[in-house]
Amino acid sequence: MEEKLFENVWRNFKGNNWKNEINVSDFIISNFNEYTGDDTFLSNPSNKTKAVWSKCEQLLEEENKRGGCLDVETGILSGITAFAPGYIDKENEVIVGLQTDAPLKRIVNMYGGTKVAMKALEAHGYKINDEVYKYFTTYRKTHNDGVFHAYTPAIRRARSNGLLTGLPDGYGRGRIIGDYRRIALYGIDRLIEFKKNDLRGEEIDGNNIEENIRLREEINEQIKALEAIKTMASSYGFDISRPAQNAREAVQWTYFGYLAGAKENNGAATSIGRNATFFDVYIERDIAEGTLTESEAQELIDQYVIKLRLIRHLRTPDYDELFAGDPTWVTETIAGMLDADKSLTTKTSFRLLHTLINLNPSAEPNLTVLWAKGLPENFKKYCAKISIKTDSIQYEGDDTMRPLYGNDYAIACCVSAMKQGKQMQFFGARCNLAKSLLYAINGGYDEKTGKMVVDGLEKNTENVLTYERVRRQYSEMLKRIAKIYVDANNIIHFMHDKYAYEASQMALHDTVVERLMAFGVAGFSSAVDSLSAIKYAKVKPIRNDQGIAIDFEIEGDFPKFGNDDDRVDSLATELVQEFFDDIKVHKLYRNAKPTLSLLTITSNVMYGQKTGATPDGRKSGEAFAPGANPMHGRDCTGALNSLNSVAKIKFANCCQDGVSNTFSIVPNALGNNENEQIENLVSILDGYFIQGAQHINVNVLNRDLLVDAMNNPWKYPNLTIRVSGYAVNFNKLDRAHQEEVIARTFHEKR
Amino acid sequence: MTGKITDLETMGSADGPGIRLVLFLSGCKLRCLYCHNPETWNKHAFRREISSEEVLKLYNKYKVYYGEKGGVTFSGGEPLMQSKFVLQTIKLLHQHNIHTAIDTSGVGEDYDEVLKLVDLVILDVKAVDSDEYKSITGRDIKDFNTFLTKCQNLNKKLWLRQVIVPGINDDEQHVLKFKQFARGLSNVERVELLPYHNMGISKYNELGIKYRLESTPNMDKDKCKQLEQLLNN
Repeated sequence: MEEKLFENVWRNFKGNNWKNEINVSDFIISNFNEYTGDDTFLSNPSNKTKAVWSKCEQLLEEENKRGGCLDVETGILSGITAFAPGYIDKENEVIVGLQTDAPLKRIVNMYGGTKVAMKALEAHGYKINDEVYKYFTTYRKTHNDGVFHAYTPAIRRARSNGLLTGLPDGYGRGRIIGDYRRIALYGIDRLIEFKKNDLRGEEIDGNNIEENIRLREEINEQIKALEAIKTMASSYGFDISRPAQNAREAVQWTYFGYLAGAKENNGAATSIGRNATFFDVYIERDIAEGTLTESEAQELIDQYVIKLRLIRHLRTPDYDELFAGDPTWVTETIAGMLDADKSLTTKTSFRLLHTLINLNPSAEPNLTVLWAKGLPENFKKYCAKISIKTDSIQYEGDDTMRPLYGNDYAIACCVSAMKQGKQMQFFGARCNLAKSLLYAINGGYDEKTGKMVVDGLEKNTENVLTYERVRRQYSEMLKRIAKIYVDANNIIHFMHDKYAYEASQMALHDTVVERLMAFGVAGFSSAVDSLSAIKYAKVKPIRNDQGIAIDFEIEGDFPKFGNDDDRVDSLATELVQEFFDDIKVHKLYRNAKPTLSLLTITSNVMYGQKTGATPDGRKSGEAFAPGANPMHGRDCTGALNSLNSVAKIKFANCCQDGVSNTFSIVPNALGNNENEQIENLVSILDGYFIQGAQHINVNVLNRDLLVDAMNNPWKYPNLTIRVSGYAVNFNKLDRAHQEEVIARTFHEKR
Repeated sequence: MTGKITDLETMGSADGPGIRLVLFLSGCKLRCLYCHNPETWNKHAFRREISSEEVLKLYNKYKVYYGEKGGVTFSGGEPLMQSKFVLQTIKLLHQHNIHTAIDTSGVGEDYDEVLKLVDLVILDVKAVDSDEYKSITGRDIKDFNTFLTKCQNLNKKLWLRQVIVPGINDDEQHVLKFKQFARGLSNVERVELLPYHNMGISKYNELGIKYRLESTPNMDKDKCKQLEQLLNN
């Protein structure tokens, strides 16, 4: 009976390995058809799609009018089966499923911490149901409680002075990508069978008692979650105990898996993986069998994307300050290469990007193209065309990442690669490297609060800073903060596993999973330029009564990061390598492997606000550049120099969690007409990634347009721009963030 | 020998195929009404000198972006006022299979060898009519015609350009005349119109030169596009 079922749902699929083990990658490799043609086959949105999307547009407008939050479910707590089924326009929805019983109604998740959840509710004018609150707080301890029971005094000081910020100690850590495709390919029941198999061991390994016991408990949590996903799907009328038997079911089953994670968790980045080519196998089969038309295939993808555009989490104002514009990072990873010769580009890679035309530009899902020299030329041109039109795509270097992550990895959040279903990440926010430099100069005292934060450091008393001395003190400081930072992340993830375990997402991973712990830095280019100023110009600290340098006088010029000048670019590459090496020496929770990113999201603004004047001439409180970007306006010798500087930062064994670069160029600097602009953008992307670069956000627009949009938001309801590893609707940014984006370098024609 | 340049652009996207290194060489005999680079007129008022080897080195620094289509364009000013340097550099670049172009008005000195070797000539056609040519450039059209004949004899690949200025040549009649002129030439790969803009005014002020088109508005880009369509169909 069961055999017959599998024979039917897997009809005409080739290959065998994937049938005997959980191996989606092998299934794709055995069955996908690379598409090298152009975009002329694409369809317009169907009537059903138009009907659903127009309802959504009304709701989104309403959400905007209500200050960014349409509604909150205050009577029920988060959970996979907690909510009744919800619809937007039932008869026109081809793909169904909402986080709660109504579109854009947000979930209260208290497992991360009750305080943060209450603050978020209060900010939007809501109050949790008293009974629910009482019940939860009486019987549950949260992740946040756990973390603060273990934090050391050093971590607390670093945290409250803005040296370490954005740590996921009061909200979901996110960044975990379940391999949601597994549900479509195998059905829930088969996945449960495999998990039960992993529980067979008769004994606990005496050398590894805690890990063994914990894993057994987790597997059972995972099985429970898989059962819950099945129950949730059945409330929508679908039986996902068995595999999907056609394209519509494949998309629907996969989405149910994702949806369960978004009901259960509120992680900052809840990315969805790399699904287009997987879906394409089903779509091609249906088209060959005559049961699906191109228009219907596009409809599936359009409606899938509509659902992803409606994912919401309840956030506090503090959080919005860090991650502006209400992002959810439903990152969908597209294309990339199978090997050196063949790409994983399919028609569905096009269909997915085409949603930006069919449904207007949008910040979510975070469409991420894995760029490689070997991608089909037609696909490259199509990407460039859509980028120029919509400013909604980011690109990441597949030739840079594939050697380390294989050909079935996906991007979580902005730039974090992980093998789907085989690796997970402990997200670790970031350490402020510019402030760290000030601590090195000020002997561990904070330049803003005057407080002692990192003890045992020597204060610099020089009238003119000497490079050797400052650099040595900086190294000392980096070692100290690296340890504090590692301690913080070990505690956070210990407690997160304990009190807010992502059972539904981890259920869609192999039981034995490789863990990455992702560290990050902020204030990168400001720190680098400061070192350069100290080395090549004359920098005099201006100290207050306490002897803390609160400003700097700079005489003479110095090379700045972003101009392809090795004198300063070498300081940059040295700095990140040193900091990574400082982290690497420490033992990490659950034997995680450390990684490092140059990625600030939009926290560069807030980090800048909390940091005093720096030796590069940056004023106190001024925003940092985002991610690995050169400081605003300092990359003044041309766009290619700016790209070359960033491309020098090493990915493998250094910044292996990503090097984020946001690049804005005015249209006519790319070429005189659309065709030239497309071809030239393709050349720029090729040139950038050939050098081993990892990430670039591309915006093709004029600064005037943004200034106009800042002053007349009603004129630009759909204006989407890439900010830092994600895209936002420009109108959703607050004034400070809008101004920071406008102050960034726009590469122009000379 | 070195070249005298007023500027260089490492991501040139408008002066030849693909993305290119563009050198702006100093010196020009013409004094076009609408010139937006008056700082390039005087051959001796350059910003820096550059050797052919440096050009190659610069090219190599950005080679990965220039790809197969891109290359090096000599612009100005008038690149053919420094033909020796241009020739020597083209020879060096050709040893490395790098595509070369000159962006010229056709009025230069000792350029025969350059013309033989260069891969593409982007020719700025100031005017087709001799009176109009004189009133725009201040010079006789004779040198331009000589240059054009040489190009045709060598069967050089040509891109033709004309700046469209309101009140001077922004009417259909002018454009149709230009079209007829272009059709009469061989090996023309592209013909384009560039809308006049007055962004050069500040440079005139700095240099203390009178700007003669003070009351002329910028050319409407859409209208210019329409005229270009007329030209190309």
